[in-house]
Amino acid sequence: MAEDGEEELVATDDDSEKQGRLNHAIVDQGCTLLRRMEICVAEAEKRNGKNAVNMQEMFTVYLIETRPMDAVAEGRNLSPDSLWRRYSEFELLRSYLVVTYPYIVVPPLPEKRAEFVWHKLSADNMDPDFVERRRVGLENFLLRVACHPVLSNDKILYHFLTEERGWKEVVYETGFQAKAESRLKALSATFRVRNTDKRFVDMKHYSDELQSHTSQLLRARARVADRLYGVYKVHGNYGRVFSEWSAIEREMGDGLQSAGHHMDAFAASIDDILEEEEHYADQLKEYLFYAEALRAVCRKHELTQFELEMASQDLISKKQQREELATGIVRTFSFKGMTNKLFGQEAPEQREARLKLLEEMIAEGEETVKEKTVECEEHVERAWVDMQRFEEQKDKDLREALINYAVMQISMCKKGIQVWGNAKDCFLKM
Amino acid sequence: MSVGAPRGLASSGQKPISEILHPLCAAEEPLSPGPDVTVNVDGDKEAVLTNGTPVETSSPASASSLFNRLQLDDDLEVDGRDPYISTETQDLFVTVDDPKKHVSTMETYITYRVSTKTTRIEFDLPEYCVRRRYQDFDWLRIKLEDSQPTHLIPPLPEKFVMKGVVDRFSEEFVETRMKALDKFLKRVADHPVLSFNPHLNTFLSAKDLNKRQGLALLTKVGESVKHVAGGYKLRARPAEFCAMGEYLDTFTQKLGTIDRIAQRILKEQSEYLTEQREYGSVYSSWAGSEEELHRPLEGVATTVSECCCAMDDLSENMSQDFLPVLREYVLYVESMKTVLRKRDQSQAEYEGRLEAAILRRQEDKMPMPVEVEKCQDKVECFNADLKADWERWQSNKRQDFKQLLTGMADKNINYYEKCQAAWESLITLLQDKQTEDKRSETN
Repeated sequence: MAEDGEEELVATDDDSEKQGRLNHAIVDQGCTLLRRMEICVAEAEKRNGKNAVNMQEMFTVYLIETRPMDAVAEGRNLSPDSLWRRYSEFELLRSYLVVTYPYIVVPPLPEKRAEFVWHKLSADNMDPDFVERRRVGLENFLLRVACHPVLSNDKILYHFLTEERGWKEVVYETGFQAKAESRLKALSATFRVRNTDKRFVDMKHYSDELQSHTSQLLRARARVADRLYGVYKVHGNYGRVFSEWSAIEREMGDGLQSAGHHMDAFAASIDDILEEEEHYADQLKEYLFYAEALRAVCRKHELTQFELEMASQDLISKKQQREELATGIVRTFSFKGMTNKLFGQEAPEQREARLKLLEEMIAEGEETVKEKTVECEEHVERAWVDMQRFEEQKDKDLREALINYAVMQISMCKKGIQVWGNAKDCFLKM
Repeated sequence: MSVGAPRGLASSGQKPISEILHPLCAAEEPLSPGPDVTVNVDGDKEAVLTNGTPVETSSPASASSLFNRLQLDDDLEVDGRDPYISTETQDLFVTVDDPKKHVSTMETYITYRVSTKTTRIEFDLPEYCVRRRYQDFDWLRIKLEDSQPTHLIPPLPEKFVMKGVVDRFSEEFVETRMKALDKFLKRVADHPVLSFNPHLNTFLSAKDLNKRQGLALLTKVGESVKHVAGGYKLRARPAEFCAMGEYLDTFTQKLGTIDRIAQRILKEQSEYLTEQREYGSVYSSWAGSEEELHRPLEGVATTVSECCCAMDDLSENMSQDFLPVLREYVLYVESMKTVLRKRDQSQAEYEGRLEAAILRRQEDKMPMPVEVEKCQDKVECFNADLKADWERWQSNKRQDFKQLLTGMADKNINYYEKCQAAWESLITLLQDKQTEDKRSETN
């Protein structure tokens, strides 16, 4: 099945039909998989199941719907292929992608647990609003991956989207986990690597800044939201007191009472406003997590560079050893040199054998250095391309997010003007 | 003591009223060629309104002239739906402004300029301008309260004698107090009875206030307050006055709640402002590490700080214009309650004397003593004055709160309009940049 999909991928690569329903910002970049397939995460559902330790647990599954694009274009109303996936499966897909494409800034998943919450917002994973926001986030993730020039051609991704069964096994068969472990070394590499590409040093620095700024911003926004919520809700008390006061007034009564209703409406309006603003926060969060993805690519560069440097150093020392052995001059102090001096030279046969072994190791080492050089260069080259792509995408996305945010603020102002205008009319009638 | 106080009240209560009645009647009856020639523009308006009720004006057969006047007042209010201020003859205009600080070796204090413009014949000149300090206002209020015990005297702003609690010389405090003093004096000057009080005349026109009498009065007021506090059991307080008391209690309670809400909002707003400012600065520092997004992010920072300024203005407006008015009304209610208590006291006085007289009459078959009749007159006079003042106060209150709450709505609308404008200009900035980019791409 996956094979068929692959063929289809190649066959329709030059498809340039207009996209249908997809209203997402990323789509107009015109990328591969999304041109042939309509993807959406249509709904979320709570399920009860048993976990690994056979314990009863609640989890949420998300319905992924896909539809071939040409069918949509031709107007054939095919019912979409659909399948259910859990968040953990998305996670697995992403870690697979990260390991398999270390030079790609892999799109992040929406947060596992609600972060940067203000008091009114629920931090519960089963909260319907949270689940809904996550659904949107997961769909966004799939769309981003599916329109990525490299990632969208991945077979495992295709399998993930189209085959409910057997997917996990296929992923594990790729053995990506073995490779994943080597990533742990990256951390120590950071401190020991000598020659990193300046561009990557800068980029890593940038990813740190992006992360710190977005997280600061999110934190500040949550606090602002908290306070704003307070300001609005306290106004709601006017609603009550106006209505109580109106009971003892004659001429003023009616005006006061209806003004009180408008104050109630004012207090209530903040719920929707902040709910909507949460979307902006989600966009910021995506880039907060993107910063981590960007850093991972930089780290990978450090790691490959480090491995290259280690290999070449190893090669140099081997070559030195060979020279020493061949000429009999010990240039540097070593334990072996000492033993040689103390116990005399070894037999020529032994020396020959060791020399031969060294030659072999040098040849091997040279091969490794070559490999590593290629790997490193390739990584630099590819990663740079993708980082450029990422930068562009980020600038565009964030600018749009800012515009949307401003639009949201304007609509909040308009709401405020309207409610206070209504209240004013009532006051004037007093 | 119980004898002294009512006698004082009786003499001070009746004398000024009978004196004062004439000019007012003249002013309100355009048909009679009153000595006050200046009642022209406003007088015309008056004529239209009083024309509808000529019977009451011309046939005061049974009632005293006092009741006649009150009747007229009531009708005016019923006729003209508008608040009394606009229907009444305005011939006395006062303003309190221009505070000045005086520093002497003995004390430091603030004086305010009190300017008067008037056409009333009680004044020698059409315009006056004097400087008065808070103490002088206090003197005036005590004088008014003493000489016009049956009337509601508008409140003065709180004294704040405790040093250090409030900075009495801060610009904000002086400004707020000035506004409150202005309000007080305007309310007095607009009052049909109080505005003819000779003490007001003195206060507005005399170069130097002779306040020796004022000090003597202080002790007297103290006594009468004690007197009131003693409490009388009334046989039957008229239902309308009971209702007034109940109304005032509830109203004070609601005022307190509104005051608390307003203060809480101010607190929330100031906290919001702190967070919002920080939020804006995060955008600004983020802008530092971006190239393409530098300008958009800076733009957001600017917009956020503009919104902060707007919020600052809103909060300042609310704390300087909204809260003082609420406070004034709390004091106003207190004044009203004091008058209500005095009325009860005067009724109790009358009932006591009446009871005693009835007892005596049963024994001696004596005619009803004059004192008792005097007392009855006093109670009736009190009731009438109070009812008139109550209506006046109610209409004042309605007007003031209409203005206050409309003002609150306006300020909030203004805040949102400022923010909206700021965000709209940001959008143009963000989109401008985009079109610029597109242009450079196509080039």
